[in-house]
Amino acid sequence: MSNSGILRSSLAKKYVMALSGLFLCLFLLGHLAGNLQLFNTSAEGQLAFNEYAHFMTTFPLVKLLSYLTYAAVLFHVVDGIALTIQNRKARPTGYVKEKGSANASWSSRNMGILGTIILVFFVSHMQNFWYVMHFGPIGESDGLKDLHTVVMTFFGPENGLAGLAVAGYVLAQFALGFHLIHGFQSGFQSLGLRHSKYSPLIDRAGLLFGIGVPTLFASIPVYLFFIQL
Amino acid sequence: MNLTLKVWRQDGPEATGHMDTHALGGVSPDMSFLEMMDMLNDQIIRAGEEPVAFDHDCREGICGMCSMFINGEAHGPGRGVTTCQLHMRSFNDGDTIAIEPWRAQAFPVIKDLTVDRSAFDRVIQAGGYISVNTSGNTIDANAIPVPKEQADDAFSAATCIGCGACVASCKNASAMLFVSAKVSQFALLPQGQPERESRVQRMVEQMDKEGFGNCTNTGACAVECPKGIDLSNIARMNRDFMSATVKSKK
Amino acid sequence: MLDSKIPEGPLADKWTKYKDDIQLVNPANKRSIDVIVIGTGLAGSSAAASLAEMGYNVKALCFQDSPRRAHSIAAQGGINAAKNYQNDGDSVHRLFYDTVKGGDYRSREANVHRLAEVSTNIIDQCVAQGVPFAREYGGLLDNRSFGGVQVSRTFYAKGQTGQQLLLGAYSALSRQISKGKVDMLTRHEMMDVVMLDGKCRGIIARNLVTGELERHAAHAVVLATGGYGNVFFLSTNAMGSNVSAAWKAHKKGAHMANPCFTQIHPTCIPVSGEHQSKLTLMSESLRNDGRIWVPAKKEDADAIRNGTKKALEIAEADRDYYLERRYPAFGNLVPRDVASRAAKERCDAGFGVNKTGEAVFLDFASAINRYGKTEASIRGLSEPSTEEIVTLGKEVVKAKYGNLFDMYKQIAADNPYETPMKIYPAVHYTMGGLWVDYNLMTSVSGLYATGESNFSDHGANRLGASALMQGLADGYFVLPYTIGDYLANDIRTGAISSDSAEFEAAEKAVQERIDHLINNKGSKPVDDFHRRLGRIMWNECGMSRNEAGLKKAIVEIRALREEFWKDVRVPGNATSYNPELDKAGRVADFLEQGELMCMDALAREESCGGHFREEHQTPDGEALRDDENFAFVSAWEFVGDPSESKMIKEDLVFENIELKQRSYK
Repeated sequence: MSNSGILRSSLAKKYVMALSGLFLCLFLLGHLAGNLQLFNTSAEGQLAFNEYAHFMTTFPLVKLLSYLTYAAVLFHVVDGIALTIQNRKARPTGYVKEKGSANASWSSRNMGILGTIILVFFVSHMQNFWYVMHFGPIGESDGLKDLHTVVMTFFGPENGLAGLAVAGYVLAQFALGFHLIHGFQSGFQSLGLRHSKYSPLIDRAGLLFGIGVPTLFASIPVYLFFIQL
Repeated sequence: MNLTLKVWRQDGPEATGHMDTHALGGVSPDMSFLEMMDMLNDQIIRAGEEPVAFDHDCREGICGMCSMFINGEAHGPGRGVTTCQLHMRSFNDGDTIAIEPWRAQAFPVIKDLTVDRSAFDRVIQAGGYISVNTSGNTIDANAIPVPKEQADDAFSAATCIGCGACVASCKNASAMLFVSAKVSQFALLPQGQPERESRVQRMVEQMDKEGFGNCTNTGACAVECPKGIDLSNIARMNRDFMSATVKSKK
Repeated sequence: MLDSKIPEGPLADKWTKYKDDIQLVNPANKRSIDVIVIGTGLAGSSAAASLAEMGYNVKALCFQDSPRRAHSIAAQGGINAAKNYQNDGDSVHRLFYDTVKGGDYRSREANVHRLAEVSTNIIDQCVAQGVPFAREYGGLLDNRSFGGVQVSRTFYAKGQTGQQLLLGAYSALSRQISKGKVDMLTRHEMMDVVMLDGKCRGIIARNLVTGELERHAAHAVVLATGGYGNVFFLSTNAMGSNVSAAWKAHKKGAHMANPCFTQIHPTCIPVSGEHQSKLTLMSESLRNDGRIWVPAKKEDADAIRNGTKKALEIAEADRDYYLERRYPAFGNLVPRDVASRAAKERCDAGFGVNKTGEAVFLDFASAINRYGKTEASIRGLSEPSTEEIVTLGKEVVKAKYGNLFDMYKQIAADNPYETPMKIYPAVHYTMGGLWVDYNLMTSVSGLYATGESNFSDHGANRLGASALMQGLADGYFVLPYTIGDYLANDIRTGAISSDSAEFEAAEKAVQERIDHLINNKGSKPVDDFHRRLGRIMWNECGMSRNEAGLKKAIVEIRALREEFWKDVRVPGNATSYNPELDKAGRVADFLEQGELMCMDALAREESCGGHFREEHQTPDGEALRDDENFAFVSAWEFVGDPSESKMIKEDLVFENIELKQRSYK
């Protein structure tokens, strides 16, 4: 079995999907931990958040992790598109009547659409925060780039489209939630990690993760929006 | 019962198909779905037209030949049954029933509801066997004990009838459940160990060559499988393929 | 004269000695010899795989879309082998004896003994191939018991033994296909055999997808084409199972032996309506635990039939467990022919329990109770309630027969855990078939028949779990040896050409018949004729036969055959996929075979095994054999028309078994 054969194999593509996906789940946890600091809108909160943002953009190990994350996103997206194209080809003529709901969950059947929503969100998210953080324009506070204010402003009354931004953010988190509910346990399945005793636990953890993480993410802009009304 | 049947008609692999509508009366709830199709064909032949071609043989759910996509589901609405085991009591008087062939690049339509599933045979030929000659002079059957639980799991995997409902139901037309069932049967038995790694590699390679889609773990295959082949088989194959790939010399 | 070519010497040594003496073909020469195998069931797949492994060039054909779909796959119960793993006194001799006795002394001793000898190899072979037989907790193979024997020698894989064995043979075949040693032609049907200089040298086949006729030449042809139970229209056979290949061989000179020996299986789901297309078997293994009964009082039977009473309302004292009553020694596990006739006798007497009056009960209540008590005791429940016992008992029954119960529920829409199953006998297997000698060669040189398609091993009645044994024995361990003895003379022959006049003539005849069917444009579909033939056969040549009925049937079948050729309507064309055309060709052959079956049944003026002539019975209604005049195989020779077939006798010589009135009382 040649190496090139292995890389072209459908299963290898699945491993890439699973590994990158599960890695991104870890990233989400880290990101969420940072974001939760935004609930603290006081001056100390602002400082702490800006220090955290500074640390995340400068500390070498974190930088390395961030490159890994970009790679994971890239792999996940490119691989996902490749798989989707292949899967379309595998059924050139579709069914006249197909009752997908009879045998599979909605999210499992719509990972591509969900992923696309998340990708669109990801791009705009990067533009709104990541780009501003790295390339400005951004103010300073206590000698640090003031990302905290950027966020507050973005979801505050100064931004005429803040309501829309919040709605988009929440919608994206819904998409993320459904994506995770299927993706989390699916990743384990793709890696062959299934066991009659432990799999129910993984499934439950996946459900918890898929509901919990996006809910917490979404609650932040909603909170920021309402306290500034 | 009176039914309206919408049936896929297609003259050959290259022809374009379409749904034809037939009215059928006098259907009894005790009839099997295929007996209802027999009745339809009888009516069509007597009217001087060409009957609907469909695959069927044993009509007791074991040969794997029957293969209809009924009202949007492989083998129809029943669970754990093939088309031939589906009975008309699962439907109501006045129902409209859509009947289509399995649809997949790897299963080209031969005619109407009949498809070519030889891709499955080629996957088995790629390695779905234990290389032992038929001498009869192997060791005594009881020389290798197999723990009952493992033997039962191997049996459960081996009950796959190769009907292709997994491919038909999968939104990606993936054959993972079929391939993994055979891989698992041998992976669970001591007799299957010597070729365990090369087997999974060869079978997966052939599966890909046939143009089946990729598994996205929707689980539709296992739900529609008339023999209840479990998703754990796919996980086992994922695991085996990975370890075979890591360990293989080339 | 028929020469069965049974080797000399003591029975137990015949096969071993014979194998040592027959000619071999060296590996280099095998590469230049071609063999065609028709059919890929147990006998065909195993033969094709074994021959290819030995080095021959093999071409295998099946009419299904994959070799794995052959009807062997539907066998449920198990496979016999004289392993004596249960230490219950089993042995090769006992298996041999049980099979000859079970077959009502109408089979060849030497063949049956060979079958019993190789039975043990089959199990070893299958386990090595990864066939997942049922096992006990210690990891060793489990066994169960079947009708007509008093030992547990049946190996099984739940209710799917045939499937597992066939998939084993299919995997061996697949391995050879991948090596290029077997050329596998699926959706191909054999249309005729081709004879060159008195030897079978090939076939005409039809590609069922394109309709094209193909010529395939070979040094020998093996038929592994199964039985012809579908002559009855309703049977447990698959819809495609047919007699055509065997019948074409018969018309080219292969004798058809004991065609009237048909096995009617006692435990099938009864006919439910006029559109029924096939009958479903409920494995014989159910008789290990199920008790068969009908109401003892006629008024109860009437009440059940018209729906005013239910089975559960019949008091224990008012039930007639007629098998236990008539055959106390074997009870519910009497052989199939006996059990079937007993059911018919009760139903004919007016005790049937479904609308049509053709059903008896198969009741698991006492098994549920018995198992429940044992299970309660295992779990240490003191004084369990009746409900607890029943619940536990149902769990045990479910573990043993769950898939069969589910199947029943699906078809009959009735819950067999709560109410007794209704069952009735149905056509299941044909013991008769192409006459073969000890080498499994038919009366045509170079043409072999294996498995159910030959007549050799089961006499007038086959024991449960013996068909799988015979199919694999023939394919794995008998034919691959014996065919070498014939092919050894062909090492200098070179490749056979299919360009000869003989091939051309055969192809032309096949084409003409197809054209006739397509161009006939009659008024009735094929099934119409098939159903009517089936009714004649079931009524007159089924579970019991008599002279007047058989004579009437022969006249009716001839008339039906004539009408078929005048009035059959085959839609479509012959140059594309056309299942109706395939079916028409098969039914045309059934219309000839059916007549021969009736002729054979008429000629055999005795009752034996599955053949019950009403004129020949004991005062208490048991089959009455006539060993003095009928201890022979009736081999029929085709001489131009089925009605003129000539019977040739092969006397059966019993040197090792004393012929006795079969008794299971």
